[in-house]
Amino acid sequence: MKNLEDLEKFINSELTSKINNSFIKHDNIYLNIDHDELISVISFLKTNKETKFRQLIEITAVDYPETEYRFKMVYLLLSHENNKRVIIDYSIKENDVITSITSLFPSANWMEREVFDMYGLNFRNHPDLRRILTDYGFEGHPLRKDFPLTGHNEVRYSEEEKKVIYEPVKLEQNYRNFDYESPWEGTKYIKEIKKSDG
Amino acid sequence: MAKEKKTLNLNFGPQHPAAHGVLRLILQLDGEVVEKADPHIGLLHRGTEKLIENKTYTQAVPYFDRLDYVAPMNQEHAFALAIEKILKIEVPARAKYIRVIFCEIGRILSHILNVTTQAMDVGALTPTLWGFEEREKLMGFYERVSGSRLHANYFRAGGVHKDLPSGLDNDIDEFCNKFPKIIDDIETLLTDNRIFKQRNVDIGIVSKQDALDYSFSGVMLRGSGVAWDLRRSQPYDCYNDLQFKIPVGKNGDCYDRYLCRIEEMRESVKIIKQCLQNLPKGPIKTDDGKISPPPKKEIKESMEALIHHFKLFTEGYRVEKDEIYTAVEAPKGEFGVYLISDGSSKPYKCKIRAPGFTHLQAMDYLIKGHMLADVPAVLGSMDIVFGEVDR
Repeated sequence: MKNLEDLEKFINSELTSKINNSFIKHDNIYLNIDHDELISVISFLKTNKETKFRQLIEITAVDYPETEYRFKMVYLLLSHENNKRVIIDYSIKENDVITSITSLFPSANWMEREVFDMYGLNFRNHPDLRRILTDYGFEGHPLRKDFPLTGHNEVRYSEEEKKVIYEPVKLEQNYRNFDYESPWEGTKYIKEIKKSDG
Repeated sequence: MAKEKKTLNLNFGPQHPAAHGVLRLILQLDGEVVEKADPHIGLLHRGTEKLIENKTYTQAVPYFDRLDYVAPMNQEHAFALAIEKILKIEVPARAKYIRVIFCEIGRILSHILNVTTQAMDVGALTPTLWGFEEREKLMGFYERVSGSRLHANYFRAGGVHKDLPSGLDNDIDEFCNKFPKIIDDIETLLTDNRIFKQRNVDIGIVSKQDALDYSFSGVMLRGSGVAWDLRRSQPYDCYNDLQFKIPVGKNGDCYDRYLCRIEEMRESVKIIKQCLQNLPKGPIKTDDGKISPPPKKEIKESMEALIHHFKLFTEGYRVEKDEIYTAVEAPKGEFGVYLISDGSSKPYKCKIRAPGFTHLQAMDYLIKGHMLADVPAVLGSMDIVFGEVDR
């Protein structure tokens, strides 16, 4: 199956009830599904003779703190035979437990550990769910939007104690985050505010 | 009486010359045979993805140099391509060729480092000394074009920062004429070397199926016989116009991966030579004032240029709301950027897909049943750089 549109149609016709939304953008297929359908959708895409998405490229999450379904999980698959990529996503709440896909792709192991470490999302049926990138004994989940950029602890070598010690972060100058969203494109943005008021 | 089985836990690294950086590997040994390997990574974790979320798109570029620091420009390339696709910027032909020249230089830089240090891990010192002399020349080219030997910060969305300084194209061309001879020399030391072959042939074999399942890419995948290269299959910039071969291995062992890298260096030299021959004239970045800064001369004369300059270096350019994944064939494999923009001048999310991360994950699978002395050989052939694994 050479054509991207045909492939998208094929996936849609095979998985009709499982796909909420699908479209083509930037030469990739984007699929939006429900979390419950994750395993069946991915195993179909991996094993089906037409799709053959046999390589998992990446798993990641996106944090939208203001929304009810706070996190969006994203899975990227690649098909060498078709030379196509598919991007699968679904939304979940903060305390939802995600189904691990390590049974389908062994490489999902570390990717899910990274999501667990960075976003604090839990996985069901994962063989070895530990933190991966952060320090031993680290607290918090750095890639959540409410985690401060400067972090909480800093380390230094203490001459008195003869070892490396942890201390709360002390900065000579606070991190400065300037707001450049300026009135330069003023006319348009004032117009928009007036529109929303009236 | 049956002999009691005793397993030994060995802590390999994080400070060990064969760990290629800061890898802490907990090995479970039965005598000299490895039963289990548990890599502990993250000792070089700097929170690149978090930092990028807090910087403008232009300010985010230097972070990409610091990932795989032996081939910096290849990674800037992935980021630049992502922004260009969202903003639908047309990149001038000359910029495309310059970018490909420097990406291939990056590939040679990375492969020299890997091939020679792998040789050092298994006992040969000379290739490192010979290879690093060449790396020095290549880093000289980096310096002449960008001002720094390693952290180039040279690619921009819409082109490159500056044009090639005069005479650089001739010097690169001269290097390309001499370099194949150096590869030959290194090969005489290694390819048929008895010790090198004993240490690498049939070590760390990856089957085709496992290479796919473990998300391998780049040489790790091609060494196992999968003919897959993003430069050919999903060409970006001017790779479509260039003639080059893609070396593929047969056995999927450390030795085949070494051979693939040697051949890739030869192909890279050919690519650079073609680019230099066909190097078009013209601008080196897009002339859209909303994205690329105006030339210094114009700032002095034109009010509009001054405003553009000011806006670009304070607020930066805005990128409309979108979601995109772009990947390039970096020396180590598929390097990808998954970018979510929200219409402001800072990325909402920028996930970096590093090839080394997935390769290192397979350490346990690759090393199980091998001897302790094979650990550095397998690790070396995976081409791990901790800047990108830990991010």
